[in-house]
Amino acid sequence: MTRSVSLKSIKGLGSAKGGVHHWKMQRLTAIALVPLCIWLAVSISLLANAEYETIIEWVAKPAVTTLLLLTIPALFFHLKLGLQIIIEDYVHSRQVRSLCLIGNVFAALILTVVSVTAVLRISL
Amino acid sequence: MGQPDRPLSPYLQVYRPQLNSVMSISHRFTGLFLGVGALFLTCWLVSLAAGPVQYSMFHMWAGSIFGRFILLVWTFSLFYHLCNGIRHLFWDAGYGYELKIALISGWGVLICSAVLTGGLWVWIFFLGART
Repeated sequence: MTRSVSLKSIKGLGSAKGGVHHWKMQRLTAIALVPLCIWLAVSISLLANAEYETIIEWVAKPAVTTLLLLTIPALFFHLKLGLQIIIEDYVHSRQVRSLCLIGNVFAALILTVVSVTAVLRISL
Repeated sequence: MGQPDRPLSPYLQVYRPQLNSVMSISHRFTGLFLGVGALFLTCWLVSLAAGPVQYSMFHMWAGSIFGRFILLVWTFSLFYHLCNGIRHLFWDAGYGYELKIALISGWGVLICSAVLTGGLWVWIFFLGART
């Protein structure tokens, strides 16, 4: 029995040479989100019963604005990478999968921009 | 692509659930759920930017029984995904693969996420009682 495979059966099925990037970015955003998420969860808990003006003042603090603008892209990028894997694993129809993957990228970008705009409207 | 009648390799449903396999799929579920939470975060920021009236509407929804229940599950999801994510980072670095260590770290993650969730909510409760 030969272990060789004909060229035509493997052409186009090989590595896209991009998988490592996804893996690396998922870990990178994960590491960034460890302190950022703890900070955000504690901060939001402190503000749970606060007045509207108090929260606005909090968001407008330069340090808070900076941290929020770091957290938002990291969060939605990490979410986009995770959802991409879920879609690739469970959506088997090629057309639906492509649509889901495109929608995933658009949703992540839109939510990032909307959140950043909201923070900047409050802070600036 | 393939023929539809091919035998399938054994998949999840033929195995008895184990701590590590259940925790693995839970990482995905909590991640998915946190995605909805991210949407909630965007709504919070947008309502703040929109004005006091819009914020009070958001706050009313978040403070309702249903809102609080969702927030509680989100808090647990966050801490679970955070703790188990750190466990994954250790695996990525090459540590903690021995079965015994993996079981200990698994139970550690479950206990930590439960304690952190409980602690945070007790803390919020006392903060609310103080003001």
